[in-house]
Order: sequence, then C-alpha cells, then structure tokens
Amino acid sequence: MSNSETPPNASRRRLLMALPLAGAGVVGVAFWKMLSGMEHGSFNPHDINAPVLNRPVPDFTLPDQPPMQGFNTQDLRNLTQPVLVNFFASWCIPCLAEMPTLMTLKDKLTMWGIAYKDRPENAENFLKHSGNPFSRLGSDHEGRVGIEWGISGVPETFLIGPGGVIRWHTAAPLTDDILNQTLLPLVEKLKTP
Amino acid sequence: MNMRRFLAASCVGFSLIAAPALVLAVDDPMEMLPNPKDEARAEAIGSQLRCLVCQNESIEDSSAGLARDLRRVVREHVAKGENNQQIMDWMVNRYGNFIRLKPAFSFSTLLLWCMPVLTLLLGLASAFIFYRRRAAAPPSPPPLTEEEKNRLAQLTKDKDNAP
Repeated sequence: MSNSETPPNASRRRLLMALPLAGAGVVGVAFWKMLSGMEHGSFNPHDINAPVLNRPVPDFTLPDQPPMQGFNTQDLRNLTQPVLVNFFASWCIPCLAEMPTLMTLKDKLTMWGIAYKDRPENAENFLKHSGNPFSRLGSDHEGRVGIEWGISGVPETFLIGPGGVIRWHTAAPLTDDILNQTLLPLVEKLKTP
Repeated sequence: MNMRRFLAASCVGFSLIAAPALVLAVDDPMEMLPNPKDEARAEAIGSQLRCLVCQNESIEDSSAGLARDLRRVVREHVAKGENNQQIMDWMVNRYGNFIRLKPAFSFSTLLLWCMPVLTLLLGLASAFIFYRRRAAAPPSPPPLTEEEKNRLAQLTKDKDNAP
C-alpha cells in the first residue's frame, strides 16, 4: 500500500523543521559573542564616535582652567609629540575612578585636560583632591567644545598625534589594561625621535 | 475612607504635581525660537537626531544635558538660515551616522533598506513556485484495484443497511 511508504519529501520537511532551531542557534551564538565581548571590553555598543579618528582636531579655543593655561586648535596642531586630551568633570564619578590611572601616566605622556560642563572652582578643587596629571587645562563650561569633539559624556579620552591628528579615542574610563595593551604601544609608535 | 480611595486620590495628586514638571523638563519654552516656522523646522530636525546619552530617544524627547545642548545648536543653525541637509551634515560630521535615527541610504545600508522588498519578493516567488508545482502535478491517486472496489461496495452496502 502507498500509505506505508515514506513520502519523498519527508527529509525536506525535517530540514524545514530544523531551520527555526538552527536560526535560534545562530542568533544565540551572536548574542553570546556580543555579551562576552562587552565583558572583556573588545566590543562596546556605546562607543559611538569613530568619525573623529584620523582627522585633525576640531576648531576650538578654551579659556584657562586654573591652575593651568588653556589651549586651542593651533596648540594641538603645532605638536611634535603625542599628547593625551582628557575630558573630565568634578561631578563625574568614573572620572574620579580613572584619575589614579592618569597619575601613573604622568611621567610617560603629556596630558592636557578639559573640564567639561563644570564650574572652574569645582574643577580646581577636584584636581586638588585627586591629583593633577595635566600640564594644560581648558574650561569648557558650556559644553560646546565637547560637541565639536563629538563627545557624548565624560570621561572621554583622545590621543593626539604630531600635527594635531586624532589617533585614538575611548569613551570609557582608562584602566591599566587599556594603557598597557593599547595606549602606550600606540604612543611609542607615534613618538618622533 | 478606604484604601482604594486613598490610592486613587494620591494617584491624581501625584499626576497633577508631576505632569507639569515632566513637560517642562523636556520642553523649556525659553529654548524655543520666536518664529513658529523656524521652531517647527528645528523640531523636525531634532526629532531625527539621536540623543547620545539615552540612545533610543531623539534630542527633542530627551531631557539629558547633552540633548538640551544639541537642541540649542540646532536652533542656532536654523536661525542662521541653514537648510536641513547642512545641519544634518554638521551633526554627522561630529557624531557619525549613529546620530541619525533614520539611517541614510548608502552602500552599507543597502541591505537594510532593501530588506522589506527582498522579503516580499522572496515570499511571492516561493508562493508562485509552490502553486505552480501543485497545479502541474495534481494529486491523482491510482485507480482502485478489483479487490478494493469489492471492499468499497461491501462497505457502502453495510452502511445502506444500517438503521
């Protein structure tokens, strides 16, 4: 009887039934990879402004943030050695958390700070307590210079190569891992003898 | 005075207090442009710009500090008489394509934009193939054998005799 024979498309039907499972499996692996990447820091969905990379620094002028002298675009364009530009604020907890890391960097790299949307007296107090790793300081009280740089919050850090070109950027607080694995090797490469 | 009435009263009271505060936080009338036409254009542009802090809101909807700053920037550019494209380019230049709530049509977003049409075409094509195959090979069972005919006759006869 024809009923006892297996229909010719039974294997195809089984394949079709496996498709949703396979699809769910692929999506699951993708999610797992993203989540583990977020944990290790290799994937950051909030790291949004890659457009500034390898571009000259934007046009801006920053007034002095006591106790240091402010700076502008031309100062960064005249650079012959790499400089780290760090946006911080006294009201920002992650900024406070990354300050010890910046202090360890003080002898290895020139750092310029920008106090973002902060009262100059508050920023000055903050640096008195946390230590001051910066050799120049600008005050971006209105936050307009931050927009020119494309920052979405603080802390954000930019590595400026000779000639005032943005060579590296992170929107996360700096850690020893980031310094040793990414930042310092890049600084060595950018240094001109 | 039961519990339910107390809860209802406090709900009404809370919304009366909270509602104006929420509206003011998002839309401070001081930010608005004096010309209603300009203001409408600024709002239209702003509703297409992503707030980088609360990433699923537009800068018009968000009450984050950065969103307020960006709203002000948009209004300054509108007041200067720049067109929508110029203002959008200014933003994308600083924050990348991520700031667009509606992705631009480009090579890298081709698949994204064409996906609805592709899916529709795929569905139509599979439906077409399915129905044509079924029409081409109509399920025609083999004719009954002599034995089956006898059995069928037996069965129908039994049924006719049934009360």
